[in-house]
Amino acid sequence: MTLNGLLKRHGGWLEAGPEEGPVISSRVRLARNLRDTTFPGWASKDIRNRVWGEVVLAFDSVPESKSFLRWRMDELSALDRDLLFERHLISRELADRQTGSGVFVDEDECRAVMINEEDHIRLQSLQPGMNLQKAWEVADELDNALEKNLSYAFSSKLGYLTACPSNVGTGLRASVMLHLPGLVLTEEIKPVINAVSKIGMAVRGLWGEGSEASGHMFQISNQITLGKPEAEIVSNLEQIVLEVIEHEKNARLRLMEKQEIRVHDHVGRAYGILANAALMSTGEALDLLSALRMGVDLGLLPNMIRREIDQLFIRIHPAHLQKEAGVVLSPEERDIKRAQLVRKFLENK
Amino acid sequence: MKCDLCDKEAVVHLTQVVNGEMKEVHLCEEHAVEQGIDLNSPISITDILMGLSGPQKSIASELSLACPRCGMAREEFRKTGRLGCPDCYKTFMAELTMAIKAMHHSGQHLGKIPAREGAQTRVKSKIARLQQDLEAAIAREDFEKAATLRDQIKKYRDEVAADEGSSQ
Repeated sequence: MTLNGLLKRHGGWLEAGPEEGPVISSRVRLARNLRDTTFPGWASKDIRNRVWGEVVLAFDSVPESKSFLRWRMDELSALDRDLLFERHLISRELADRQTGSGVFVDEDECRAVMINEEDHIRLQSLQPGMNLQKAWEVADELDNALEKNLSYAFSSKLGYLTACPSNVGTGLRASVMLHLPGLVLTEEIKPVINAVSKIGMAVRGLWGEGSEASGHMFQISNQITLGKPEAEIVSNLEQIVLEVIEHEKNARLRLMEKQEIRVHDHVGRAYGILANAALMSTGEALDLLSALRMGVDLGLLPNMIRREIDQLFIRIHPAHLQKEAGVVLSPEERDIKRAQLVRKFLENK
Repeated sequence: MKCDLCDKEAVVHLTQVVNGEMKEVHLCEEHAVEQGIDLNSPISITDILMGLSGPQKSIASELSLACPRCGMAREEFRKTGRLGCPDCYKTFMAELTMAIKAMHHSGQHLGKIPAREGAQTRVKSKIARLQQDLEAAIAREDFEKAATLRDQIKKYRDEVAADEGSSQ
């Protein structure tokens, strides 16, 4: 399948999953490096190309490797790289890299292997909803299969050695993508972010920073990667995220109990603008879709399906709009296309 | 909130996005001045954490130090916060040890071990785990358990020593 093939479908991690109201998806990422080999950021083009070759060879021996699509960054246009980034399949950092950098993506987009990002290998496993455990198991399994054919840089004291000391040890970064409009609207998001940060987890906006995050989408992840077994890192994060989910649910309940008319107004206005606007920026679309998504969760929009809105959250981004249109669009043309896309979606509801 | 380096109240709170992750550093006035923090200029957390590893002058005198495998100079590493190759962990061990402790509150890996690693690595890792259990047992005054753990650790240490002796 080609890159354009991705446009006609959505990632498997956007299917229904546990706690799918406040939670979009769970992710586990593992950083690995080849023994005695310069890290990508400091390596020559020759070394980076050699690493690409070695990893491809090792990956070919993984039984399921046939079902993975492969792209080298230097063979893709900037737009194609942005498309992969918008689908959460590669990082911004990989999109900006060239020689020897690339990605293998599983057909359902739940697994991805980035080559020559900050580290030689970054394995990613994405699962729908609150499912960190499964995400870890899938990543672990792929890591085991790949490791059979590669020698990793490892020390008995510091574990897996990574380009940045903040990843050393397990090389594991687990994260959960959350939709928290209840906490934002009740203005409780700041104390929650502060509390979570104090216990060693990082909170950031998926699009934008802190409590100003567009679309009320947040990502919570572990910061500590050394000194704990992987399962413990994953379950610690899980506990904290479950607490945040409880806070979000309570905030929504309180909103509906005390300010129901305001919630109706908030959702209804968002619907009105989305259904009628002729120009719409990405930021505005994210915020309005967030209101719509909450409306679905609260049962205010019975004809709408949450996961369809989640797909729109991705399709309204610039590279997706342009790839679907088949041409490069100016910012204003994108705003027109984006408004059309959303209007068309709502027409059928 | 307390200073990361002493028990005094922290007055300088820095947040920096490193590698896509938010990191925070808290320092008291004294230590902030000592680290030469200029609040008007952008600062890398790695710079600060690296600075924590000891007196500035000893580092300055070794600024010319470079990794024998990949050639990354200490100065370069301090600027970017990224290492050049796996061997850099040995080259820059002195300052890395402190930085890693500050970031992770630990200096010992307790996670997965690659299947290709030898038996020695496994035993060493087992010792590290038992050591942690031992410290926990002592902390809760379970001395019976502590004694058992101590004996187990000794047994494994003897194994490692015997192995190392025979391979020399």
